[in-house]
Amino acid sequence: MSLAKTKHIEQPTVLYMDGVSVSFDGFKALNSLSLFIEPGEMRAIIGPNGAGKTTMMDVITGKTRPDEGRILFNDELDLTRYDEAQVANMGVGRKFQKPSVIESLTVFENLEMSLKGGRSVWQALTHKLTGAKQDKIDEILSMIDLKDRLYEDAGSLSHGQKQWLEIGMLLGQEPELLLIDEPAAGMTDEETMKTAELFKELSKKHSLMVVEHDMDFIEALDCRVTVLHEGSVLAEGSLANVKNNQQVIEVYLGR
Amino acid sequence: MKQEIKGGPLTRLIMNDVAGRRMMMIILAIAIIVPFCNLVFPEGSALHVSTYTMTLLGKYLCYALLAVSVDLIWGYCGILSLGHGAFFALGGYAMGMYLMRQIGDRGVYANPDLPDFMVFLNWTEVPWYWFGFDQFWFAMVMVLAVPGILAFVFGALAFRSRVTGVYLSIITQALTYALMLAFFRNDMGFGGNNGLTDFKDILGFDLQADSTRAALFFASGIALILGYLISRFIVTSKLGRVLVAIRDSESRARFLGYRVEWYKLFVFVVSAMLAGVAGALYVPQVGIINPGEFAPINSIEMIIWVAVGGRGTLFGAVIGAVLVNYAKTYFTGAFAELWLFMLGGLFVLTTLYLPKGVVGLWAQMKDKFMSSGGGGNSGITTGSSSGKSSDQKTSKEAEGNA
Amino acid sequence: MLFAFVLYTVVVAGAEASPMKPNTALHAVAQELIDAGYREKQAVTERLTTIDDPKTLLFMQIMVEGDLYYRKDDRVVVIKGDDAVTTFFSGEEVTLESKRDIKKISVNNKLRVLLRSGIARLQIFSDDPEMRMQAAVNLLKSAEDLDQTTLEEALDKEENSDVRDVLLLVKGIRMLEADTEKERLQGVSYLSGSLYPDVRGALANYRRAAEADSRTEEIQAADEALKKIESLLSLNSVAENLYFGLALGAVLLLAAIGLAITFGVMGVINMAHGEMIMLGAYTTYVVQQLMPDHIGMSLAVAVPAAFLVSGLVGVAIERGVIRHLYGRPLETLLATFGISLVLQQAVRSIFSPLNREVATPDWMAGTFMINPALELTFNRLYIIIFSLMVLALLALILKRTLFGLQMRAVTMNRPMASSMGIRTGWVDALTFGLGSGIAGIAGVALSQLTNVGPNMGQAYIIDSFMVVVFGGVGNLWGTLVGAMSLGVVNKLLEPWAGAVVAKILVLIFIILFIQKRPRGLFALKGRAADMG
Repeated sequence: MSLAKTKHIEQPTVLYMDGVSVSFDGFKALNSLSLFIEPGEMRAIIGPNGAGKTTMMDVITGKTRPDEGRILFNDELDLTRYDEAQVANMGVGRKFQKPSVIESLTVFENLEMSLKGGRSVWQALTHKLTGAKQDKIDEILSMIDLKDRLYEDAGSLSHGQKQWLEIGMLLGQEPELLLIDEPAAGMTDEETMKTAELFKELSKKHSLMVVEHDMDFIEALDCRVTVLHEGSVLAEGSLANVKNNQQVIEVYLGR
Repeated sequence: MKQEIKGGPLTRLIMNDVAGRRMMMIILAIAIIVPFCNLVFPEGSALHVSTYTMTLLGKYLCYALLAVSVDLIWGYCGILSLGHGAFFALGGYAMGMYLMRQIGDRGVYANPDLPDFMVFLNWTEVPWYWFGFDQFWFAMVMVLAVPGILAFVFGALAFRSRVTGVYLSIITQALTYALMLAFFRNDMGFGGNNGLTDFKDILGFDLQADSTRAALFFASGIALILGYLISRFIVTSKLGRVLVAIRDSESRARFLGYRVEWYKLFVFVVSAMLAGVAGALYVPQVGIINPGEFAPINSIEMIIWVAVGGRGTLFGAVIGAVLVNYAKTYFTGAFAELWLFMLGGLFVLTTLYLPKGVVGLWAQMKDKFMSSGGGGNSGITTGSSSGKSSDQKTSKEAEGNA
Repeated sequence: MLFAFVLYTVVVAGAEASPMKPNTALHAVAQELIDAGYREKQAVTERLTTIDDPKTLLFMQIMVEGDLYYRKDDRVVVIKGDDAVTTFFSGEEVTLESKRDIKKISVNNKLRVLLRSGIARLQIFSDDPEMRMQAAVNLLKSAEDLDQTTLEEALDKEENSDVRDVLLLVKGIRMLEADTEKERLQGVSYLSGSLYPDVRGALANYRRAAEADSRTEEIQAADEALKKIESLLSLNSVAENLYFGLALGAVLLLAAIGLAITFGVMGVINMAHGEMIMLGAYTTYVVQQLMPDHIGMSLAVAVPAAFLVSGLVGVAIERGVIRHLYGRPLETLLATFGISLVLQQAVRSIFSPLNREVATPDWMAGTFMINPALELTFNRLYIIIFSLMVLALLALILKRTLFGLQMRAVTMNRPMASSMGIRTGWVDALTFGLGSGIAGIAGVALSQLTNVGPNMGQAYIIDSFMVVVFGGVGNLWGTLVGAMSLGVVNKLLEPWAGAVVAKILVLIFIILFIQKRPRGLFALKGRAADMG
């Protein structure tokens, strides 16, 4: 696609949002939002309630169609033209704020479902668990620490374990870009730090976009930070930089 | 704790499904023994099963297959279709049309080319959509194709536009209602109000003969077993787990990259076809099919069979269909006034107090009984473990999408 | 015959206060008529038509109907009604020993013509414009009843423009028979565009005559006039169907408003909603049984009674069942369906499975005339007005009362409302009660239009859901537009497709529409809807 040629920047990006706007009944949830993420980058997104963080994720993952603007994935595909499943299969994984695992399936089944490929009805009907897939599940399991609960219903896991399982499912998809919404919500301090470590590990292989409120967590992530406000980017830079930005202080403390 | 499902498809189907296997054995036994007792032992013998009883049981078997088809989409995929009676009736009409053509010139008007009701309407020739129905094979194809195509078209529209939850239920109900109105019209060419009846024979065998009834009964039993196995094959495959994922959290399934609409469509069409087969076996046994079968209340009644039996288990649907229909036969005979009170009460009590049906109740009691003995495998692998919480989730999702 | 009698009773009843003495002139003529043969009768009748007496008209009307008799023994003039014989002048009832006691004052065709034109003349010059109008309309049927000069005189005198218009039509019809083409064409031009069926008939006859004589120009003129009438008539039938459609829309609106609350606001699928309507209709029946002598008042009593009955049953259902099923809409659907079965059977056991007769008060009956070819019934008009009133009242409750505020608060944010001290449980119960109560009111209205039976609710449940879903859930305005447009579309399709097919088409349309706009016509968009 020739869209890439009209990019305003030269370097390769995994995600490139250009002038994206969304409004609901006159309320502008996203206001000409522009943002880009480089391959292999980890990016934290912060912003007060209603800044448009969740809407931004909805727009990227095909849940909401923007009124205008475009979103390039890997400098070629315009994500705004595809639905959730297509976007997911291109290599964009999403983790919800509320842990969303399939509660009445076991941990194993949840992971098995998430494994890349075999998305058609026919493939699902004739699916067989191969050794390679089993290995992949084992690999993920060792990362998310749920080995001993493999055959339990996901619904019986603790909140933190569900969060981890969902991250495990993301990994099973082998996405290039991971969108993660408030992963630390409801976690203990210890779990939070462990999650931050995990993300750092992940950022070696994937690009990550993490929406978070918890400043300690963001500090632990140690990455570039983007501040959203009223649907567009207010500031961008290192956490220390952003913290000292006068506008950001006003937005967070002013009201 | 659930067991990992291992082995090939056959093992998966049969060996891991203790309760279902037992039930299928029982049905197979019934399918053989009942006709045997009907044909071999003379009337008056203690072992004789009357043709009336056999026909009644045959009806239950058809209902059981219908219940399995409902459970397949409701129990596993969370689609509450209030229009499954339509698929059942369409299958029945396809069979009825074949039986109608078999009457030939033995009708009241003795017209060799036209069924009686067409003669009555002064029609001169059979309408185009009746062509081919004098062939058994063609009628059988239609038994599957008509419900299947309707389900495909309707489902493709509804699932693609993400009509879910109660909205879907309401428009499926509107669908069967519209069909009922249509089939009541004489101009439709399906016998109007009276429907299709006065059948004489099937494949050359007299429908009134005990041997034909016995064969139909046996066929119903086999159809139920096959329908169960097909459904079981689907729900134990990865596809089945995707269905459960769609039921519990449709958006999660989407974000995992599954095209939810295609999965729903597949299972909806399979379910409609099973319902059509049930209807096709039902019609020759009861001897009539009329537009009343499309009545919305019928479609809702089948939901309660599944709910009473225990949704998401398949064999629970079989149990529920037989239980509720036995009760219906008994009460409408003995205390006609009471039956609707009972049925109504059943709806309320099941939803309030028996979310997992009698199968869930049985499992619960068994667990309690055996809790001292270390639990163990009850043999019942209900698709849903935490019925309430997952239901709540499904419904929230439904509201959000609606 | 009956007409004459009724007319007579009316007139006599008015004059009952003063006992009538036989009036000399009229009485004398009457006595002459008794003795006269047909030949003499002609002259006597001509004199009769000129007698200036308030009872002359009645006398002639009864005479022309052939109901005028006299008693043989005392020559008293009597009227033979269907089941009684009364004296003409004093209005007393007469008991007869034998049918032969009285003899008819017979009339022949010549006399009838005389009498009719006499009647017409008397009426057309009456002081009462309504009577003149009636006479003029009657003349359309038989324009020859009035001679040309009298007609012209009447036209000159007539001050009421409506009556004048009709008289002109009479003139036009007469002119169709005129000798010259010019006059006949003039007559056609008078008649063009009139909606009186008699005018149309006259024009059709005229065209036939013109065709027989192959008078081309006149055929053309007649065709044009007829075409104009046809197009006006088809406009009429569209207007009538529109009216029927609005009335059906009003019925749908009434049936759906309650649902708009329970389903639209609370998100509860109440499959027993139809039975709430049924309970309202049965309440009307019971109220009428309790006050059989005040049918006119019964509806005024039934409306609050039905609201209470259905509302209380609704509250009971909410507290007993639905409360335990919040967040599980599919289960709610099944449980309330069960309740609907129980309620149906309960009504069947208490009142019998047969339909009950609910009387329509007199003030609901009758029609009003839009134009000569279009009369509309009052009961439909009342239903339309009533449904809009109920909707307005409901909107007022939701927007302006504390309860409405609490209700909206609870539906928007339950935990927040609860923490602000709103008893959410009771708000739920009352909201559901309100929706059910309104369904009960709908039942009162429906009892005036359809059969009241245990299954009546079933007929409305699917339609009601269609209206709410089509209009957009949680939006009263959408419910109004949804109901009215579905009603109108249904009725406009009916003449073209037939009632059943029209209904099927509407259902299919909605099913397809929901695919396109799953949230209905007037949907809340975006975030608010996601959260709701």
